[in-house]
Amino acid sequence: MRGGMSGMGAWLWQRLTALYLGAYILVLLLALVFSGGPEALTWQAWMTHPLVLLATALFLGGWLLHAWIGLRDVIVDYIHPFAIRLAVLAAVALFLLACGVWGIYILIQAASTWA
Amino acid sequence: MRREGRPVFLNLFQIRLPIPGVVSIIHRITGVLLFLAIPLFLYIFQRSLQGQAGYADALAILSHPLVMLITLVLVWSLLHHWLAGIRYLLLDVDVGIERMAARRSAWVVLFLAPVLTLIVLGVLWL
Repeated sequence: MRGGMSGMGAWLWQRLTALYLGAYILVLLLALVFSGGPEALTWQAWMTHPLVLLATALFLGGWLLHAWIGLRDVIVDYIHPFAIRLAVLAAVALFLLACGVWGIYILIQAASTWA
Repeated sequence: MRREGRPVFLNLFQIRLPIPGVVSIIHRITGVLLFLAIPLFLYIFQRSLQGQAGYADALAILSHPLVMLITLVLVWSLLHHWLAGIRYLLLDVDVGIERMAARRSAWVVLFLAPVLTLIVLGVLWL
């Protein structure tokens, strides 16, 4: 069976994003733990590097998608009355979209330090 | 789905969940916690990139006692979610699906998440 109704797409995306998010977080945690203490210039130079910014943009997209699929699974499992389920799903979607817009704004702000 | 007359027993305090089930429900709870914390992550990340002052501000927020408590819960949530997630990815490709192996790996996740939390926060806080 093909198409969006089988749930196969969501299942696969949940795992693909998991792999990327997991790898990104591992690198970030190791970098933080071995950085030898907080330092504004080091952190900002590292975080605004174009490749890191690109990786972070991908992380943001993957994070929101991963959260959406996960939350949808949880909501569909526990919230049964249709109207309430729809309302909660809509609230979660709106929340994630707002976070996405905010995240893109943060990344543009970070990229503007290149100039 | 539910057939008429079938008994339903959902008293969560009396159901004795096997250890893999405990890991599974915690995976869900930590997932929801990490979802709720997205704005907090975004805000501190944004501040940390806004010059020396923003960075100092981000550090000040992170050293507030209440935020430190939230950080403790979120770092544990992240590590549990990460470890349990790897366990599920391995189960997906048929690694460790034997009952005893699955129980062992569930215990490893439960035990390792708080231990790694203490190590990570020990390094970052001390």
